[in-house]
Order: sequence, then C-alpha cells, then structure tokens
Amino acid sequence: MNDVTAAAPRSFETEDVLGIAHAWKAEGRKVALATVVTTWGSNPRPAGSMLAVDSKTQFCGSVSGGCIEGAVIREAMDVIEDGKPRLLDFGVTDTQAWDVGLACGGKVQVFVERLD
Amino acid sequence: MEREILNRIVQDRAAGRSVVLAKNLTSGRNIVLYPFENTEKSPIVDAAREAASSDTSGSVAAADGTWFLQVFNPALRMILVGAVHISQPLTRMAAMAGYEVTVIDPRRAFATEARFPGLTVLTDWPDEAMEKLKPNRRTAVVALTHDPKIDDPALLVALKSDAFYIGALGSSKTHAKRKERMLAAGFSEATFNRIRGPVGLKIGARSPAEIAVAVLAEVIQAQHATEKAKEAA
Repeated sequence: MNDVTAAAPRSFETEDVLGIAHAWKAEGRKVALATVVTTWGSNPRPAGSMLAVDSKTQFCGSVSGGCIEGAVIREAMDVIEDGKPRLLDFGVTDTQAWDVGLACGGKVQVFVERLD
Repeated sequence: MEREILNRIVQDRAAGRSVVLAKNLTSGRNIVLYPFENTEKSPIVDAAREAASSDTSGSVAAADGTWFLQVFNPALRMILVGAVHISQPLTRMAAMAGYEVTVIDPRRAFATEARFPGLTVLTDWPDEAMEKLKPNRRTAVVALTHDPKIDDPALLVALKSDAFYIGALGSSKTHAKRKERMLAAGFSEATFNRIRGPVGLKIGARSPAEIAVAVLAEVIQAQHATEKAKEAA
C-alpha cells in the first residue's frame, strides 16, 4: 500500500505558524509569538491567528490584513528583550485608521509573549 | 510560553489530537487541554470543548482573569472513492481549500501517477482502505465511481463513522437503487439519508471541474453547518 499524502501544500489559512516558531526556537533563535485574542467588527483575521517573529524581525503568519503587523513586531522586540508578555489594543476611529493601521474600522487585541 | 508547552502542542498536532491552548491574559500562564479526551466538568474544560467543537478560538472569563482558548484541531480530510475524471480537479481544489486528500481506487489503470501527479492513491479494496483511514468528525467521504462494487463497501464504513459529509455520485434513480441495497444491508432510512445524492450543490455543473466545484462547495457548506449546529447545541 502506498502512503497517504496530500496533493498540495495546505492553504495559507492553515499555515503552521506554531510549528515554524518551534523550529526557529530549536535553531537557537530568539522568538516571540503574537496571537489575536479578541476582535470586534470587521476583521480579516479571526481570533487564534498567529504571527511569529525572531529578534531580527523575520516573521511568518499574520494578525491582520497587514495593517498592524509593523506595530506588533516593534512591541515583540521589547517582549523578546524583557520576557514580559503584553496585551496590545488596536482600536481606532475611522479618521485615525490610516495612522494606526486598521482602515477597516475594526478593533483587535493581540497578546504577545516570548518563547522560552 | 514555556518550552514544554510548545513542544507538547507540536507533538499532539503531529499525532492528530484535538488540543486547546488556554492562555491567561493577565498572568501569561499557559495550560494545555484535551477537550475530547478530558471528561472533567469545569467551566474552562467545558468552554474548551465547545470551542473545539465549533472550531472557533475565543475567550472565557474566570476568577483568575480572562483565559483565551486557542483551538488546534486536526486537519480536515477528504476521502475520494474513485480515481475518476472528477477526482482529478477535485483533489487539487480540495487541497487548496485546506483539506488533506486521499483517493481510494483498487483499479490500477485509474490509480496512476500520471493521472494524479504528486498524489498517492490507495489501491486497497475500499472497505479495507476506509478501515485504515478511520473517517472521523473532521472527514468528508465522497464516492465517485458509479460502481456499487467499489462505492458501496466504502459507504458502508462511512455510515458507521462520524464523517461530517458523505456524498455519492449518481442520478436520483441510481441513488434510489443504492437506498434499496443499503436498507437491505440493515441501515435505517435515517442513516441512509446521511448520504447526499445526487452529490453537490445544484449549480448546473456539467464538466468534471464544474462538478468538482459543486461537490467541494457542498462539503464546505456541510462543514460550516456542522459547526453552527454544534455552537447552537
């Protein structure tokens, strides 16, 4: 009997961010993990979506449609440094949206922690 | 997050277990829960079971703060019985939609590498292949050969499983004959009615690729309907 295999790589929705973070950690890289924990209103990424980033700002996964990744990665550098987890709020009015990033008008809470 | 926690989740996922990572948003403490193995009655375990059933991560309030419950369910699977023309586009489309796809066909002329590049096809008899694959609540089974000798043994195993979707290709007439055979095999009408036939959403599909779209759409609809029903329950 042949092996059971999938025809193609998994879709982007099922990207194994945790597995990648685990592999980076095993290579000795310093890694932080950001997880979407709450969303309100329109949001491209549901609760549970993850982004892993190393101390050189290489990252995989996403926590929004690309709007807040930059801010999350900046915070993650501090988390990697001091090891203290942070709960970040991104909630903005439509007029502020372009500055902070959530042009869709939604709100999102992201938990950032270091992998020890 | 502690290294043991991360290692454990990575291992559990490789083993195909349903896992919920509970994260205390105040203290940062992480615990690992097994919602379908742990029968304990506690607010957090109950919430984890609900979250895993509906495949939806979310928060739950407790005395020691808010816990975020992150669901890691095993991959959705699709088992296609028949390495037929429809299966060729369907394997590719289903893989793009995130399904792990397996094709079963004992006819080696159909089950060739040239027809399914990169995809391994099981050439066991369908009942044996199905027993090995063990369809579960995250599995869709679609019988596509038109041949009762091949389709029926697979459907019999599927009907005894928790597969969230069971479909079989064939006209209403073919499906009526299938029903006679299944009832004669001892299945109740209610059980037989789990089989969707004629298969696929009614979008006027004609070509194999169009039929593949109709089938995949019906599978996706069934999967989300199952989640909704579990949420409501």
